[in-house]
Amino acid sequence: MSTPLYSIPGAPLGADPGGASGPASPAGGTGPAGAAPAAPPPRTVAEVLASSQVEAVMDELDTDLVGLAPVKARIRDIAAMLVVDRLRAAHGLSAHAPSLHMCFTGNPGTGKTTVALRIAQILHRLGYVRRGHVVSVTRDDLVGQYIGHTAPKTKEVLRKAMGGVLFIDEAYWLYRPDNERDYGQEAIEILLQVMENQRDDLVVILAGYKDRMDTFFGSNPGMSSRIAHHIDFPDYSGAELLRIADRMLAASEYRFGEGARDAFEAYLDRRLEQPHFANARSVRNALDRARLRQASRLYADRTRELDARTLSTIEPPDILASRVFATPRP
Amino acid sequence: MMTNPTGRITQGQFSFLPDLTDAEIALQLDYGLRRGFAWSIEYTDDPHPRNTYWEMYGMPMFDLQDPAGLMVELRACRASFPQHYIRLMAFDSTRGVESIAMSFIVNRPAREPGFMLERQEVDGRSMRATIRGYAAERPEGERYGD
Repeated sequence: MSTPLYSIPGAPLGADPGGASGPASPAGGTGPAGAAPAAPPPRTVAEVLASSQVEAVMDELDTDLVGLAPVKARIRDIAAMLVVDRLRAAHGLSAHAPSLHMCFTGNPGTGKTTVALRIAQILHRLGYVRRGHVVSVTRDDLVGQYIGHTAPKTKEVLRKAMGGVLFIDEAYWLYRPDNERDYGQEAIEILLQVMENQRDDLVVILAGYKDRMDTFFGSNPGMSSRIAHHIDFPDYSGAELLRIADRMLAASEYRFGEGARDAFEAYLDRRLEQPHFANARSVRNALDRARLRQASRLYADRTRELDARTLSTIEPPDILASRVFATPRP
Repeated sequence: MMTNPTGRITQGQFSFLPDLTDAEIALQLDYGLRRGFAWSIEYTDDPHPRNTYWEMYGMPMFDLQDPAGLMVELRACRASFPQHYIRLMAFDSTRGVESIAMSFIVNRPAREPGFMLERQEVDGRSMRATIRGYAAERPEGERYGD
């Protein structure tokens, strides 16, 4: 076929007419350059940062999320590598698409989903994913219920996630060692194939509890080796949880009254010793219950005139009424 | 050969242009996705103009964000039906529109013999005309070379 006489706006120049390289090449090519086609290639880190505005997301990550120092450090490393890759590409040095699949391990409520959303933004601004949306799925969305149901289901989810980030929560459920005819294995194989062949189109993030994910990787070595970044989310300390509580209250326009913050600290001390503590999620639940108690306290007093300050203050009794204080400490 | 001057069937968009490359197809798909269309893939080996409904290759694909997933499906369809006509169709679900908004052929057989214009004399000197694909004389699945 001869060279076309027409040109399509936005199409990469000199695209091979055979189209043998597939759709990945134009997208990979236009992704970073598409934002500013006429601009010269970036020469310094500052130029890349300025053109991608990734710094803003990183700062947000730092200020919005309490604690998580190792996670933030790792994400900064990844972002730095991606920026340097862009600079390398500008000099014509080989910059093969890095493997960006990640695994987030950590206890419940340590911010895995939140960080996944931020990572998607960072990757999008740096041009490594084209859309930057996050498709969050669990086992139910990937694994079918009868023979021949799994492959179309998994492929559909993968199609929807293309150009963005596929976040698989509780990923260890995909593999059930107790049932050898479980369809999860089929989903894993399709996932692996796409993770390997379409690295440009999709970033997969697996999330789950540390011990269970270790078992999962132990029985699926192929999965473990295809994931470049294993990031462990530490539990929050008491002080960090208290800061999280402050932010949650501020976000919903409540505040601690006099002595309430100390009461909440005492509450956290006791709650941490009990089982099933889910970090930030437990804090949110505790605050929601405190708001319930505050509401019934105000409701009980029919004749009192309530001002904005009273309506938005959580008093110590609202917290001290918790079941946690009723059980004697061991 | 007035019915088929270029030796190519001209149906849908871009059919008078040279074949689109994969990169150009991806751009068209991207345009459709940004407009909120749902793409689907269809194939046939009977490209008669009145054959409106082609065979569906899989379900229509809703809620996509990026053409990469569509291109995977398209490549799979080409691998299964290398000598068939394959077209991509975009369904616009806007209330009041609810029909196909884009449609173009992305795969054709190597040789396209085109259509014959058949004339029939009826009722004295009156004429009736119909067209018939040369390839359609052979059974389904064997119509375009192997």
